Amino acid sequence: MDKIVFDHFNIRYEDGVESLRDINFSIRANAITVLFGPAGGGKSTLLRAINRLNDLADVAETSGRILFNGVDILDPKTDVVELRRKIGIVFSRPVPLPMTVYQNVSYPLELMGERRKSRLDEAVERALKQAVLWDEVYDRLHDPAIAISGGQQQRLCLARALALEPEVIMLDEPTSALDPVSTARIEGLMQELKEQYTIVWVPHNVQQAARMADFAAFFLQGELVETGEGKTLFINPKDRRTSDYVTGRFG
Amino acid sequence: MKRQEHSVTRQEWVINLVIKVSGYSSILFVTLIFLFLMREGLPALANAPLSSIFGARWYPIEGYFGIWPLLFGSVIVTLGALLIGIPFGVGTSVFISEIAPPWLNNIIKPVIEILAGLPSVVLGFLGIQVAAPFLRRLLDLPTGLSAFTGAVLLALIATPTIVSITEDALNTVPVSYRQAALALGATRWQTIWGVTVPAARSGILTAVMLGVGRSIGETMAVMMVTGNAAVLPHGLDALFKPVRTMTATIASEMGEVANGSPHYQVLFFIGIVLFVLSLAVNIVASSMSLRGRTRSERVLS
Amino acid sequence: MNRSFTRARLQEMLGNNLLRLITFLTVLPVVAIIVYIVIKGAPAITWEFLTQMPRSGMREGGVWPAIVGTFYLTLGTAVFSVPLGVAAAIYIAEYAPDNAWTRLIRITIINLAGIPSVVYGLFGLGLFVLFLNFGTSILAASMTLSIMTLPVIISTAEEAMRSVPQSFRTVSISLGATRWQTIWRIVLPQALPGILTGVILGLERAAGETAPILFTGVTFFLPRLPASLLDSTMALPYHIFVISTSVPGMPVKIQYGTVLVLLVFVLGMNLIATFIRQRARARRMW
Repeated sequence: MDKIVFDHFNIRYEDGVESLRDINFSIRANAITVLFGPAGGGKSTLLRAINRLNDLADVAETSGRILFNGVDILDPKTDVVELRRKIGIVFSRPVPLPMTVYQNVSYPLELMGERRKSRLDEAVERALKQAVLWDEVYDRLHDPAIAISGGQQQRLCLARALALEPEVIMLDEPTSALDPVSTARIEGLMQELKEQYTIVWVPHNVQQAARMADFAAFFLQGELVETGEGKTLFINPKDRRTSDYVTGRFG
Repeated sequence: MKRQEHSVTRQEWVINLVIKVSGYSSILFVTLIFLFLMREGLPALANAPLSSIFGARWYPIEGYFGIWPLLFGSVIVTLGALLIGIPFGVGTSVFISEIAPPWLNNIIKPVIEILAGLPSVVLGFLGIQVAAPFLRRLLDLPTGLSAFTGAVLLALIATPTIVSITEDALNTVPVSYRQAALALGATRWQTIWGVTVPAARSGILTAVMLGVGRSIGETMAVMMVTGNAAVLPHGLDALFKPVRTMTATIASEMGEVANGSPHYQVLFFIGIVLFVLSLAVNIVASSMSLRGRTRSERVLS
Repeated sequence: MNRSFTRARLQEMLGNNLLRLITFLTVLPVVAIIVYIVIKGAPAITWEFLTQMPRSGMREGGVWPAIVGTFYLTLGTAVFSVPLGVAAAIYIAEYAPDNAWTRLIRITIINLAGIPSVVYGLFGLGLFVLFLNFGTSILAASMTLSIMTLPVIISTAEEAMRSVPQSFRTVSISLGATRWQTIWRIVLPQALPGILTGVILGLERAAGETAPILFTGVTFFLPRLPASLLDSTMALPYHIFVISTSVPGMPVKIQYGTVLVLLVFVLGMNLIATFIRQRARARRMW
C-alpha cells in the first residue's frame, strides 16, 4: 500500500538552498524507505515537507501534491497539528525537552488535552517499552532528561514520537551523534517497529542505507535520481550517478 | 475531543491577537507621546512671541521665554560629562574585556550594575551634600553648585551605558583579529589600540551617542547641583558657574504654572525639543551600530 | 630591535597600569557612595523612623508614607508594564515576521528607551492627568512609569526568549503543539529567570525615578496613607528631593536615613535579580 505519494512536488527556499525539483515517488506502508545521497541533496527538506515542518522556515514556493492516505497535505485546509500527530519525526541530534524523562513522553499527550494520570502513566510506559528504554529508565522517570546518556536520549525522542501512536515515523540521520552500540540498537529497533509503522529513514552513510533499506531513493542536488527496492538499487543501480555514489566515487 | 480542539484554537486566536496588539503597542506609545507633547506645546509658538522663545533671556514671570540659555546649559553639562565619562567609560571597558582576569570582572561588573541602578536623586543628594562643597573648596569657587559639578555626576550616570555597550562592541571583535596582531609580534597594548579598539569603533561611537542621550535627558541630579541659573555664558569659565538645563527647567517650574498658560506651553515646547533630540541621538546611534555591523560582515566574507 | 622591544614593554606596563587606575577610579566612587550612605544613614534607622508619619514639617518622625507610596507606585508599574511588556516581547521574539513593521517596532522601542524621564512626566501630565482626567494620582503616575519601563522589560524578555534553543521549538511543533502551546509550555518556562531579571531591573529603575512622577502623582506631604488609586501619594525619591532642597533646617541624619531606605529598596531588588539569574544558571536543563 502506498502511504505517502509525491506528485510533481517542488519546493524552493527564499535563499535558494536545498530546493527540490519535480519529485515523483511513493512510500510504502510497513516498510523502511531510505532516502540517501550527499549532503544538501534535499532529503531533510523532503522529510520536513511531509509533516509540514517547513512551514516554520522561509519557504518561497511549493507546488505539486503530497498525498498522505490519499489526501493532499499541502492543501491549506489541512489541520497541520493533526497531521504532525500522525507523522512523527526524530532528529539527528537527540533533543530532549527541558523536563523530566516522564514529561518528555507525556508532553505530546498533554498537548492533546489528556490530563488523566492513569492514561498518561500507561502511555508513557508503553512508549518507553516500545523504544526499548523502559528497563533502563523506569527508576529514573522523574530525573531531568538530559541526565541520561546520548543513546538513551535518542530512544527517548523515539518514545516521545511513539507516544502519539503515529502512522509514520521519520528519522533524520538519527544515529549520526551516537556510538556504534547505540546505533545498532536503534537500527534493530526500527526493523521490529516496521511491522506496525511506516518508516522513512535518512541514514548518515551509504552502509547504513544499504543495511536498512526495504526501499530506497537516491537524491542528488534537489533531484530524485533513482528509486527502487533496496536490494536491487544498491547492488544494481540503473543510473550512473547512483552507482558512483554507492561505490564511493564521490560524496 | 474534536470539539475541544476547536475551542482551543478559538482561545488561541484571541491570545495571538492580544500578543500582536501588545507587540505593536510601542508604536502607539511613541505616537501618543509625540501627539500629546505637540498638543500641549505647539500653542506656545502662537501664544508666546517667537522672538521671546528664541531670545537670550529666560525670565518667565515677565514673559521672557528664551530657550537659548537652557539649551546652552544642557549642552555644557553634557559636554563636560563626555569629557570625563568617555576616558573613564572606554578605559574601564577596555580593562574589563582585554586585560582584567575573570575574578576581577566578577567584582567590577556588579559594581557598574549597581551604579546603573542608583537613583539619580541619590546622586543629586550626594552632589549637594558632598561633591559641591568639596569642589567649591578644591577649586576655590563662589559656589559648588555649577555646571562642572553637574558634569561630574552626569559622567557617573552615563558610565554604565558607555561601559556596557563599549564592552559588547569589544567582545564582538573576532578573536582571530587579536591573534593575527599578536602573531605579527605586536604587544597586547599595541593590539588593543591598533586593532581591537579601531575594529570596535562604530560600537564605541554608539556607546558615546547613547551616553549623550542619557546626559541630555537626565533631570534630578542635574537640577539639584547645577545652581539653576538660566544665563548665557560670558567666558570660558562658564563650566564653573551655575547653569540651568532644559530638563531641570521643566521639572522645577511645571509644578507652579497654570495649565494652558503660555509658560506651561513653553515648558511643553522644551519637552518637544528634548523628545526630538533624543530621537535624533538614538537614530544616529542605532544607524551607526548597523553600519558598523554590515562593514565588519563585509570584511569577514 | 632590542631597544624598541623594551620600549614596547614599558609602554605596555604603563598602559595597563593606567587602565587599572581608570577602572579603579570608576569603581571606587560607587563603593564609596554605598559605604558612606550606609554609615551616615544607619543611625537614623529606627523602628519609629520606618513606621511613623513625618512630623514638624518633615524634620521629625518617620518616612512610612513615602515607603508605602514607593511600594504602591512600583506595584502599579508592575501591574501595567509586566503583562504588556512580556506580551510585546513574545510577539517580537516568536511571532514577528522580518518586515518593515517589525523594524519600525524595534526602532520605537529603542526610542522609548531614550526619551528623557522628565518628558515622560510631561506626557503623563498631558494624557493621564489632564486628558483622561485621572488627576495627580497613583494611577496616572504608575501608568507613566509603566510606559517608561516597557522598553527595559521588552528587550530583556526578548533576549531571554531568544536564548532558548530553536531545536526545542522545532521538536515541540513536530509533536503537534501549536505555536502558543510551544511558547507557553517550553519557551516561557525556560526564559522565565531572564524575564524576571529584566522585570526587576526595570522596576528597580521605576522605583528610583522622580521626574516622571513629579507632576503626575506625587505630593510633598500627605498626612495619611493614600486611600485609592486616584489619590496622590508621597514617594521616597521625591521625598529625598524635597528634604534636601526645600526644607530649611532639615536634620542631615534624617536625610541620609531616607536615602538609605531608598537605596536598600532599590539595591535589594538588584540583589534579588542577581540571585534569580545565578540560580537559574545553575539549574538550567540544557
